[in-house]
Amino acid sequence: MSKQLIVIGNGMVGHHFLEQFAGTPAAAQYQVMVFGEEALCAYDRVHLSEYFDGSTHEDLSLAPLTWYQEQGIDLHLGECVTGIDRDKQVVSTDQGDYPYDALVLATGSYPFVPPIPGHEQEHCLVYRTLDDLDAIRSSAQGVKKGVVVGGGLLGLEAANAIKQLGIEAHVVEFAPRLMPVQLDDEGGQVLKDKIEEIGVQVHTEKATSAIVPGQEHRLRMEFGEEDFLETDLIVFSAGIRPQDALARSCDLEIGDRGGIMVNNHCGTSDPAIFAIGECALWNQQIFGLVAPGYTMAKTLSSHLNGDTEAAFTGADMSTKLKLLGVDVGSIGDAHCKTPGARTVRFLDESNGTYQKMVISQDRKKVLGAVLVGDNSRYDTLLQYMLNGIDLPENPQSLILPAGDGEAPTLGADALPATATICSCHNVTKGDICCSIDAGALDLGSVKADTKASSGCGGCTALLKNVVESELESRGVEVNKDICEHFPHTRQELVHLVQVGKIRTFKELLEKHGKGRGCEICKPAIGSILASFWNEHVHEPDHVPLQDTNDTFMANMQKNGTYSIVPRIAGGEITPEKLIVLGEVGKRYGLYTKITGGQRVDLFGATLNQLPLIWDELLQAGFETGHAYAKSLRTVKSCVGSTWCRYGVQDSVGMAIFLENRYKGLRSPHKLKMGVSGCTRECAEAQSKDVGVIATENGWNMYVSGNGGMRPRHADLFATDLDDQTLVKYIDRYLMFYVRTADRLQRTSVWLENLEGGLDYVKDVVINDSLGLGEELEAQMAHVVDTYQCEWQSALADPDKLRRFREFVNDQRDDPLQQWVPERGQKRPREMTAKEKLIAVAS
Amino acid sequence: MSKQTQWITVCNQQDLVADTGIAVWTEDGPVALFYLPDTEQQIFALSHYDPLGGANVLARGIVGDIAGEPVVASPLYKQHFSLLDGRCLEEDGVTVASYPVRLKDGLVELNLSQSQSQSQQTAVA
Repeated sequence: MSKQLIVIGNGMVGHHFLEQFAGTPAAAQYQVMVFGEEALCAYDRVHLSEYFDGSTHEDLSLAPLTWYQEQGIDLHLGECVTGIDRDKQVVSTDQGDYPYDALVLATGSYPFVPPIPGHEQEHCLVYRTLDDLDAIRSSAQGVKKGVVVGGGLLGLEAANAIKQLGIEAHVVEFAPRLMPVQLDDEGGQVLKDKIEEIGVQVHTEKATSAIVPGQEHRLRMEFGEEDFLETDLIVFSAGIRPQDALARSCDLEIGDRGGIMVNNHCGTSDPAIFAIGECALWNQQIFGLVAPGYTMAKTLSSHLNGDTEAAFTGADMSTKLKLLGVDVGSIGDAHCKTPGARTVRFLDESNGTYQKMVISQDRKKVLGAVLVGDNSRYDTLLQYMLNGIDLPENPQSLILPAGDGEAPTLGADALPATATICSCHNVTKGDICCSIDAGALDLGSVKADTKASSGCGGCTALLKNVVESELESRGVEVNKDICEHFPHTRQELVHLVQVGKIRTFKELLEKHGKGRGCEICKPAIGSILASFWNEHVHEPDHVPLQDTNDTFMANMQKNGTYSIVPRIAGGEITPEKLIVLGEVGKRYGLYTKITGGQRVDLFGATLNQLPLIWDELLQAGFETGHAYAKSLRTVKSCVGSTWCRYGVQDSVGMAIFLENRYKGLRSPHKLKMGVSGCTRECAEAQSKDVGVIATENGWNMYVSGNGGMRPRHADLFATDLDDQTLVKYIDRYLMFYVRTADRLQRTSVWLENLEGGLDYVKDVVINDSLGLGEELEAQMAHVVDTYQCEWQSALADPDKLRRFREFVNDQRDDPLQQWVPERGQKRPREMTAKEKLIAVAS
Repeated sequence: MSKQTQWITVCNQQDLVADTGIAVWTEDGPVALFYLPDTEQQIFALSHYDPLGGANVLARGIVGDIAGEPVVASPLYKQHFSLLDGRCLEEDGVTVASYPVRLKDGLVELNLSQSQSQSQQTAVA
């Protein structure tokens, strides 16, 4: 007869205990039953705000329901425990009584709501569970403003969530600064400035005396006479309190200020009952972070397995996070409380960075640190602190911006084996080395093996460094092959195509690869072949290499229809052509939108319609805009000297010339350019792969900028160029990039990863240091000379047109492509699975 | 013998495009046909519906292989579906219907009655 183990609480720590306990010898003796108050199984609360960014419970959940089944765990979700009878060893819920031999309380905490008069009314909410987030979302529907009470870590997370809902976010904090526990005054100020810069208003030293109905908004928070803030919803995030109600009701020992008292193996005052996580009080401390909770879970699992040495002995409360996009780090003795400790500080108000290091009296050890605006030193400082590593001779180099020569970072190889890399799962460098020695030969396997970096994710970069450095020291090469079909990098493939004069994918595969290829190598090689030989994408040899966008020369949208972007070089368009776009959009019922690249995007075209639409566009003189291809998109321009009072060169003319020259050039990633007519830079050329800015004497050329996910300002490449030299440099620069970059590598990342960087590229392009100049220009000339509008050639060829049929045996359109009106146009209708079934069947 | 009679003609061999897919309409809904002339089976049929992207697009994916198994990568989010049995390689438990298909006298014939999983179930998935 097996014994019964009951776990109350299915949060992160409760779940971690189950993971630790599963598969241990003791687990075989117990039948495990788990009660969760929420209807959903354990999920990642650390990344809760991602729920408003599109993540679902499934994305955030720590394990699927099938995992519990596989472990034989009897999971009761949405079942509330109402009492514990310690004498009979029985747990009662709203649905029944369950006997236990061992009981684990992992009930977590609840948000503290200050007892302000009026805090119980509608639209006063808290931030802890997914249900809470749903309530915040529905409260925010159609309103403009939200306030978070509490400027701590969770409060700022909540403010982030509110901001993601698209409403005005405010933070009200009682203390004189943000994050009073982790930061000092200066750090708090820098953080406040940064957060206000991105539009979250911060009100410190405000105590709310009452919440009453508002005049312009739903609610008014009164701070004092004449001092108030109106808002449509309030989220309380003013700290947490241990959820110890059950423990109190059965008279377990409770701390003076709450929390279930536990000893070093997480035992409570009843030997059959244990408590872990935020509900547990150890040494008069509550630990409101996930890592200490995980350590308790692990300790308890070891204890239940008879390990008498397993003990929870406190935890490092250092934290590193990104709040509202701002790096914040706090290590050890952040407030310099150790006797004799002194600080080394660096404050850069212009950049919004603050770095403070607390060092010991003898100047030998790091005791703590506060970092705001830049966390790049966090890992190094933490390792110094945790491992008691002696400081270098110039300790200030650890926090000062890197100068010349001295590299302040602590290399992965300098860390001792005992150094903790992942504090969530308590993985040391030694554990990682063991895992590698046991056969884990890449980052993914080490992660799977040790669970490192699967908690808060804060150690991702450090873990990667350690793994790569350990692999390298063992002589393991890090695999950079493009995919399983070719044991080569993209750059090597470029070389093989060029030297072997290879013209088809099949030929390259036969000579240098294996298998049939895949969606990684096929488009990459299609692009390489095009940049050398520039044959039509619809040639039979090339068709199977193309992504659907390239095949149908349009951009696939979520419902399988396509959008169309005709080329409007330099953004210049005649009224007549503009009317044609409007007429075509109207005739085919297309949704129209202006793009960021000064063009018009027409959405919602079916496969059957594409040739008909393009027939009309071509007749009106349009050509393809390559919005679907990894190639030149647009050359954005300002109006320049022909109209503008300030312009010094004809920027539109130059933009049109450049766009027509480089259109159709296939490249590792999309390319954008911009031409500005004066230094005011209205065309935003410095955010483009190639930017051209007019000067009194000619043109300044900028390279390797981009917008998008990781914006980068372009670097100045050459100044005061005449037209001819400008074109020569762009030819060489682009072709050198096309030849040497990795697949899907933008010019910015390419430049940053290139040994020698900007100076090296300047040397190759301007000084022709490799003697490649003429060859690069000739290759570009070939691409320019062989340009064809792919739509023109496609419409002229019945064989190519046969591809544009939704169903080859039926004229109908896809019945799943349905529309609803919105703001005077159409958009795809969201359909349920059932509606889809009906649509296909009828 | 009765099953023999359930082969239906869906298109001509010339409608197929080597090493890629096309879509046909059937009474079971849209079906994607993939033509790999250098394989023994030559032609493969799966439901055209991508249950993860929620649209009829699979025929427009890139065809290739993962460790030797012929697959199509959804053009929407790039998950791989086996051309042999419709199994999704990334998501356990997700499968699209696959159908017996053959070339006969220059025509492509499908047997809808022997689909490996009901396409309707797949649409719900």
